[in-house]
Amino acid sequence: MTDLPLHGAMPEARPARSILDLDPRTRARNRAEARFRAYGLGALLVGLFFLVLLLGSILLNGLSAFTQTRIQLPVELLESELDPQGTRDPAVIGETSSLGYGDLIEAAMVQAVAAAGVPTAIEPGDLEDILSPGAGAQIREAVLRDPSLIGQTVTFDLLASSRVDGYVKGRVTRESLANDRNLRPEHLDIVDAMREAGTIERGFNADFITGADASERRPEEAGMGVAMIGSLYTMLVVLALSLPIGVAASIYLEEFAPKNRFTDLIEVNIANLAAVPSIVYGILGLAVFIQFMGLPQSAPLVGGLVLTLLTLPTIIIATRASLKAVPPSIRDAALGVGASKMQSVFHHVLPLAIPGIMTGTIIGMAHALGETAPLLLIGMVGFVASNYPNGALDGFTSPNSAMPAQIYEWAKRADPAFYERAWGGIVILLVFLLLMNLAAVLVRRRFERRW
Amino acid sequence: MNDMRPIERATALDDTKISAKGVNVHYGAAHALKDVSVDIGDRLVTAFIGPSGCGKSTFLRCLNRMNDTIPSARVTGRIEIDGQDIYDRRVDPVQLRAKVGMVFQKPNPFPKSIYDNVAYGPKIHGLARSRADLDVIVEKALRRAALWTEAKDRLQSPGTGLSGGQQQRLCIARAVATEPEVLLMDEPCSALDPIATAQVEELIDELRQSYSVVIVTHSMQQAARVSQRTAFFHLGNLVEYGETGQIFTNPRDPRTESYISGRIG
Ligand SMILES: Nc1ncnc2c1ncn2[C@@H]1O[C@H](COP(=O)(O)OP(=O)(O)OP(=O)(O)O)[C@@H](O)[C@H]1O
Ligand SMILES: [Mg+2]
Repeated sequence: MTDLPLHGAMPEARPARSILDLDPRTRARNRAEARFRAYGLGALLVGLFFLVLLLGSILLNGLSAFTQTRIQLPVELLESELDPQGTRDPAVIGETSSLGYGDLIEAAMVQAVAAAGVPTAIEPGDLEDILSPGAGAQIREAVLRDPSLIGQTVTFDLLASSRVDGYVKGRVTRESLANDRNLRPEHLDIVDAMREAGTIERGFNADFITGADASERRPEEAGMGVAMIGSLYTMLVVLALSLPIGVAASIYLEEFAPKNRFTDLIEVNIANLAAVPSIVYGILGLAVFIQFMGLPQSAPLVGGLVLTLLTLPTIIIATRASLKAVPPSIRDAALGVGASKMQSVFHHVLPLAIPGIMTGTIIGMAHALGETAPLLLIGMVGFVASNYPNGALDGFTSPNSAMPAQIYEWAKRADPAFYERAWGGIVILLVFLLLMNLAAVLVRRRFERRW
Repeated sequence: MNDMRPIERATALDDTKISAKGVNVHYGAAHALKDVSVDIGDRLVTAFIGPSGCGKSTFLRCLNRMNDTIPSARVTGRIEIDGQDIYDRRVDPVQLRAKVGMVFQKPNPFPKSIYDNVAYGPKIHGLARSRADLDVIVEKALRRAALWTEAKDRLQSPGTGLSGGQQQRLCIARAVATEPEVLLMDEPCSALDPIATAQVEELIDELRQSYSVVIVTHSMQQAARVSQRTAFFHLGNLVEYGETGQIFTNPRDPRTESYISGRIG
């Protein structure tokens, strides 16, 4: 201990001190730690606050889309109007268009208003404005399905117009109607009376979840159902392509490829691909899949191909990371007992990497599920989602949209009733994303193994 | 050792299982092994000793071409097993490793059950015709590795749940289960208590009846106890190689003498 003299001063500089009273350094350290904890907690609280704000406003705005105002209207299906010859032949009945039911609806409305006991200055022809413009089509469909209804008085559960729906939900007020030519305040007197009588009611709107998109004039009819199917088919394509391709590419790069400049270059590029704006993939998909390869426009198949390009880097990065995380000693162990490279990968390395691969895939898919811009470029715009596909396979190629594109479409439309649906659509989308994230967590739990 | 008659021992010494000539290993620019030439006898235990970082593991890994898995490693020179060049282009390293088994310096059981750990090698090499065959192989391997009494009631529990020493014996069992002709053991006893060490040494002595065993060890006593020949490595050079008794009692090179008497290392 020749260097003792150097530190000879130490005992004086560091006087013996009871461990019960803290020296200034310790106190300063503790204060720094407390401050740091406070910052962390503060950051967490700010984050939580915005999350709650976000979810709260989404639910506040979106939940009303899941209810819908309906009117119970007894309509006399006059034979003289619908089937003068009395043939009950669907072909003959079908000749009357939806508009042809206008007179019947008008008469029914006049009667309903009289029954409600509201004297009104509105002309009979304008009474219909309380109903959805689609009411005629709704009655026509029922009649075509069951021609024997003709001649009877049938009570239909008709959709109220979006303004009436808005009034019942509190979005539309008598004041706001002053500069709205779709409905007059007098209509609202009738609505009030009919609500009193129980013929106008607000109820759960299953059609919003299962239905198709509707034209600009009929927001009350629009639903997410077809767009959901579009998303489903798109995601099937994404899963079927990106998981095997991504995992195979990662295994090759991580386990088999020689480590040289070329593979370094690939590695850097994959990392960069993950950062390419999604709209770039959209225009690439438009050019390659639709214009060059001639695949159909607006098809979930093409959407799936484009989103596969988008998801692949995510999956590859996640898979490579989880392959890397498998300790090399496991590979040595397998090779040491005479397993081939491939056996070592598939018997030992891959099973250990599966939780990471699955979470990466699910997160990548969730990302793709919420992607809008590339879909718009390949024609999967919202209004296309107005018809269900004709069959299971047709779903891949028939024009469709996807949930986020549908939401975007609704948010774009002028009618505030569509705006409400856009929020409702977001609620549905979030439920799906939440489910996928839950799946990711469960998969992790299920497959995770300790080494 | 005692039950071997002199005549047997003499023939054993003449049989060369592995012959290495002028082996050099570079890791990138680092020259880790310098011109090593060694003949490793059949049915003998050969011990590699030397200070840490002198290239014992590196040389061991050349013998079953595990260095192939390290991208930066470059091996030159000639290594023959039974007279055949193992770095010949026609040699499939996978087949070679079935013949030359290895126990690694750090225990590395598969994150699978104890049973599956031992059964894996025999399974992929098709050594068992039936489940019952496999059971027999597993039991025999575990007995040889002195793990049977501890493991027999928990064959289906994960091998990674064993203690470090038990894991190392599991790895030994896994290596012997494939019936290799050569067994390379890289410090197999570094994590073992004296009792398990004695059991493993017993195993090594037993394996010598049919295989040739190469063992890396930091324990001079162990080298003296189990091996017939000893090679001393220093800074990538093979300094001295010969009969274990001669190396320990009458080393020719001063470096060997300093090392075994504890002056360098
Ligand atoms: N994968 C590798 N990449 C680069 N250098 C390596 C690698 N493995 C070993 N080396 C180097 O090669 C030399 C020999 O290493 P080796 O592992 O063979 O030593 P050792 O004799 O087994 O030592 P120990 O007794 O500590 O296990 C060391 O200098 C080491 O740093
Ligand atoms: Mg070593």
